[in-house]
Amino acid sequence: MAVLQMQKIGICALKRDRPAILEFLQAAGVVEVTQEEAESGAFARADMLEERQLAEARAAQADRALEVLDEYAPEETSLFSGLAGRPPADMEKFGRMEENAGKILEDADQILALQKEIAEKRTAAARLETEAESLTPWLSLDIPLACREQGRITILLGTVPGEQSSEGIAAALAGCGPDPERVVLEIVHADADQTCIGLVCLREDALALEEALRGIGFARPAKSIDEVPAAYVRGLKEAGKKREEEAAAAENRLRAHVNSRENLKLASDYYRLCAQKDEALSQLWQSEKTFLVTGYIPARESARLGERLSARFDVFYEVSEIPEGEEAPVLLSNGHFASAAEGITASYGLPAGGEIDPTAIMSVCYVFFFGMMLSDAAYGLIIFLACFLAIRKFPDMEENLRKSLRLFMYCGVSTLVWGVLFGGWFGDVVDIVSQTWFGKRVTVPALWFIPLNDPMRLLIVSLFLGAVHLFLGLGIKGYLLLRDRKYMDFFCSVALWYLLLFSLILMLIPSSLFAPMLGVQVVFPAFVNAAARWGAVLGAAGIVIFSARDKKNPILRLALGAYDLYGVSSWLSDALSYSRLLALGLATGVIASVINQMGSMAGTGILGTLIFIVVFCFGHLFNLAINLLGAYVHTCRLQYVEFFGKFYEGGGRAFEPFKRSTKYVKIKEE
Amino acid sequence: MSGVVFALLGVAIAAGLAGTGSAMGVGIAGQAAAGVVTEDPNKFAKVLLLQLLPGTQGIYGLLVGFIALSKIGLLGGGINWDMPVAEGLLYLMGCLPIGIVGLLSAIAQGKTSAASIGIVARKPEQFGKAMLFPAMVETYAILALLVSILAINAL
Repeated sequence: MAVLQMQKIGICALKRDRPAILEFLQAAGVVEVTQEEAESGAFARADMLEERQLAEARAAQADRALEVLDEYAPEETSLFSGLAGRPPADMEKFGRMEENAGKILEDADQILALQKEIAEKRTAAARLETEAESLTPWLSLDIPLACREQGRITILLGTVPGEQSSEGIAAALAGCGPDPERVVLEIVHADADQTCIGLVCLREDALALEEALRGIGFARPAKSIDEVPAAYVRGLKEAGKKREEEAAAAENRLRAHVNSRENLKLASDYYRLCAQKDEALSQLWQSEKTFLVTGYIPARESARLGERLSARFDVFYEVSEIPEGEEAPVLLSNGHFASAAEGITASYGLPAGGEIDPTAIMSVCYVFFFGMMLSDAAYGLIIFLACFLAIRKFPDMEENLRKSLRLFMYCGVSTLVWGVLFGGWFGDVVDIVSQTWFGKRVTVPALWFIPLNDPMRLLIVSLFLGAVHLFLGLGIKGYLLLRDRKYMDFFCSVALWYLLLFSLILMLIPSSLFAPMLGVQVVFPAFVNAAARWGAVLGAAGIVIFSARDKKNPILRLALGAYDLYGVSSWLSDALSYSRLLALGLATGVIASVINQMGSMAGTGILGTLIFIVVFCFGHLFNLAINLLGAYVHTCRLQYVEFFGKFYEGGGRAFEPFKRSTKYVKIKEE
Repeated sequence: MSGVVFALLGVAIAAGLAGTGSAMGVGIAGQAAAGVVTEDPNKFAKVLLLQLLPGTQGIYGLLVGFIALSKIGLLGGGINWDMPVAEGLLYLMGCLPIGIVGLLSAIAQGKTSAASIGIVARKPEQFGKAMLFPAMVETYAILALLVSILAINAL
């Protein structure tokens, strides 16, 4: 139920066993390989960078081929495929990867080449299409665009910008020399952007006429074509169509590769594992005939690993405790219930050296508070069933996801319990339905009380639970100090605070401030009041005097002590922070009743009932989602800020063993 | 003049201002979220959660508005149209905390959420911590909600 004890191991073996031993360690997945300083010059590290990069590049190539396959022949996935996790690998096939992977990569090459081909054909088709498009204005021309000179005449073809009439152009040509009678002008096409013109003239006039036309922006066609435009465009279109067909054919050929998807996944993971092995290899010290593996291992695994290694290889296997001052990596180990909340601890920070794993206690508080914030029995049931069924249906689910779902499954149960206590079933749907449709209001009785009718009471309950939670945190701090034999620290920063805070609470309860909240004036016997007063004074004085006891200067010491006493205000704000239990609980219930009210407004007819059902389904789905998020975030906050703030810092480094970490398939341990 | 006018003004302030704040906050965070998803669509779920965080103020406003409406008797009947002006003003005052704090805190929370979305963009594994910063802002909306509920409930 805690942070696993770690040990250091050293394995020395013969170089000829190196691949097999690395393979074995990777399969076992219990050793984090470390880089130690060399003790003698006889050892050197192997440079595996090239091999590793090659393996990574191959894995990436298979990945790219898979992406291409997914693009052209998508894999059928269901809505819940994210939950399914990686399927187990076909071990027989995976075992033969060493010989087959090369061939599979050829497949990947072909897939990538086909993709390139498709892209090129498509680009070519698009280019042809654009060219055909650009010739559209010339389509009605029945001579080749390139046609320039014929016997004594010259034909000028080209465009002028903007829409021009033949008169306008003739006006531009007037006075440039040649007799207008000797010039034939034809407008081939005119639109707002350009006007295509053809001009037939005598060869000797051509130069002067073209010069004059340039004055209004005349330009010859960009490409001179020896064909009649219509025929040429037809040719272009046919060529484009052919390219498209070729692309489609290539696509079909690519789709035919869909069967290699499984193999590609296996090959990608195979090369991924190779790269990981190369990386581990580059961290090992090697001499001419031997090599050395050093690393961390959970203590409970070390003996078994040693036995298995010695049985198969000639090795020297050594286990030692972690030296003082060295920070071991952290691996948490908790029971079925608490391990569900390990993700919550990890996202705050794993325990650093000497800290205990707070997950076990925190998981109980988490589930408790989560249920109180959501507090609707029906919602709780839905969450429980959804998580329960998902876990049952997808046995290959990733471990972290399974843990999260398990946490929410327990939170669902807690929500159900709190919902029954507070009488919330989809808010007040029973009341509304019974009153609107059957004319008689039926209320599901709350086992405890209905929060909306008595929010003051729930506020007191929330603050009380908050105080318990906070004192629990302080208690864990006390336990840690006692464990480390820091008795003085325990007295000053835990015992004195307990004394002060308890006394203050005892003084507050009978005061006139609390009477309206509790509904009754609490009267303690006189000796309790006196004890509380003295306890508070002693506690406060103790904190002022002792909290800065490492300072020599008495004035500085008292001043720092007084500042520490000011921390009492942070306890107040911490306790008030638990009022969110009330606020979020009320929010769920009230929005649920707003939804029910809205649904019932359409009346009791068939249409009204249908509207009610639609509003009910969507409304409650929305309410569940938004309040689930709220409960998750704010429960985390209560754990992280209020609870962990009392005793826990985190900052440990996660244990990252050398193991088979794959992307597509799960490899079974032999 | 009937006090109902002031009471309804209170309801409008609670639901209206807090809702406006949430809309702005979710909007600010949404712009940042959209930017992250352009780069990496896989982070959609995480940034969506962060974007939704400033949305709660609107719900708190709705909550107070709803409680006030049912206390006045506008829901389910039994409204007293001759409500004294002083009583209506009391409802108005009770609605002010969540209206004002809801508006401003949701905007502030939206900005914090946008910054936290920046964390998730670079370091998705720090999601737990990123979520915490906007949640800190929300505390004050919760405190305002508490005062509003207690005040209106006591009327």
